[in-house]
Amino acid sequence: MAVKIMIPTPLRQYVGKKDQVEVEAKTVAEALSKLASEYSELRRHLYNQEGKLRSFVNIYLGDEDIRFLQKEQTPLNENDVLSIVPSIAGGTALRRVVASGRDMACPYERAKRKWPQQL
Amino acid sequence: MATATLNPISALSKDEILRYSRHLIMPEVGMEGQLKLKKAKVLCIGAGGLGSPLTLYLAAAGVGRLGIVDFDVVDFTNLQRQVIHGTADVGKSKLASARESIREINPNVEVVGFETRLTSENALQLFEGFDIIVDGTDNFPTRYLVNDACVLLGKPNVYGSIFRFEGQASVFSALQGPCYRCLYPEPPPPGLVPSCAEGGVLGVLPGIVGCIQAMETIKLIIGQGQTLIGRLLVFDALGVKFRELKLRKNPDCPACGTHPTITRLIDYEQFCGIRGEEHTSVMTGIPELTPREVKKMMDENQPFVLIDVREPHEFQICRIPGSTLIPLGEVAKRMHELDSAGEIVVHCRSGQRSARAVEFLMKAGFRKIYNLKGGILAWSDQVDPSVPKY
Repeated sequence: MAVKIMIPTPLRQYVGKKDQVEVEAKTVAEALSKLASEYSELRRHLYNQEGKLRSFVNIYLGDEDIRFLQKEQTPLNENDVLSIVPSIAGGTALRRVVASGRDMACPYERAKRKWPQQL
Repeated sequence: MATATLNPISALSKDEILRYSRHLIMPEVGMEGQLKLKKAKVLCIGAGGLGSPLTLYLAAAGVGRLGIVDFDVVDFTNLQRQVIHGTADVGKSKLASARESIREINPNVEVVGFETRLTSENALQLFEGFDIIVDGTDNFPTRYLVNDACVLLGKPNVYGSIFRFEGQASVFSALQGPCYRCLYPEPPPPGLVPSCAEGGVLGVLPGIVGCIQAMETIKLIIGQGQTLIGRLLVFDALGVKFRELKLRKNPDCPACGTHPTITRLIDYEQFCGIRGEEHTSVMTGIPELTPREVKKMMDENQPFVLIDVREPHEFQICRIPGSTLIPLGEVAKRMHELDSAGEIVVHCRSGQRSARAVEFLMKAGFRKIYNLKGGILAWSDQVDPSVPKY
């Protein structure tokens, strides 16, 4: 089955900047494994060291999460579209909002260290 | 806390009717919706990239009480996307700067500022006084903390997240649908995903995602339309593609499943495995040289190779004269170009990526290899201020 895999922007650097890759596969597992063999740099972003799909990389068949289908064994049909949706966390420059005891200095002092000539 | 005390919450003044007239003439909002907005209490976590458009629009829309949690200070690198702050605000606390901008836009809004870190100790108490929590943070520990606190309190969590050209938005409301942990049970290990500071972000993107969060917040308040509960919106800014994916409640979710194991807030840094991440440059056993020491080696014509492991587009911004560019991703492939017996100094922008390169090369047998402590930022501070910082 020829299926399309949609590549999210953060991972496109590992697939020659393509936004989608087409592979021949009968299951989700086969499709992803073919993708990772074709683009070896992508492998560590999809699989952990034990070769399991990483839990912060979700795979969707159409608009459905494969964890609620038959996971990686989910069968594929011709022209199916798979999407890789990784966890992203960006938003603000708010650093270390969770207390850790590190860098407890006054924020103004920190900014002054970073930009001494402007402040 | 500047409150319009003369302004009863159950009615709109003549000025307010004029101000909100474009809302009032829409039947979906009307007087009823506008009064709901006026009574609403929304807490925004972070007054940065997402928090800027979010708080500006919620204030303009007439949300009665707007809480903001942020303890950071405005710096020059924020201005490219954090439009609530201006050039004159650099050096001020983000909270004070945001408060001023909001007062200018809509003095009827009561801004409640919390100049503090959000922690497992204070989150439940801070959230208690608000109806809706909007997550505009930039890191995994805080995202899981915000999620768990919202699940424990039964409050909706309006989610937005960005990375370079990728945006995500949803509404997690565990009473009616899935939570963030149903979507992503675990965060990525540190180091696999670069932070915004390392990876960059297109300035407009948080504007787009933050506005979606503001829209969803307003819809939750006025009870109109279909919110993103149970749906994940994924935005690809490069292809201008919005896609919608189904979010399902995970019955085994540790936070909102049928047998939750998270019954109180935990240690989120430990959960995300990032203790000490900020200090990778002082990883044990990584030899370092200060910028002044390297400058002295240059002045004394000592033979050494200076390697820059940043990306080519960063090399275009500025460089230390005499450095050779080998981007971090190519170090393994190109290490044969280097003499493993010779002296090598490796640097990057801040010293973190170069520490990883030094660690890698040491394992590959390089012995006289050093990390430039503090990278180009420190070089600019201590040796050559003509090298721009970014």
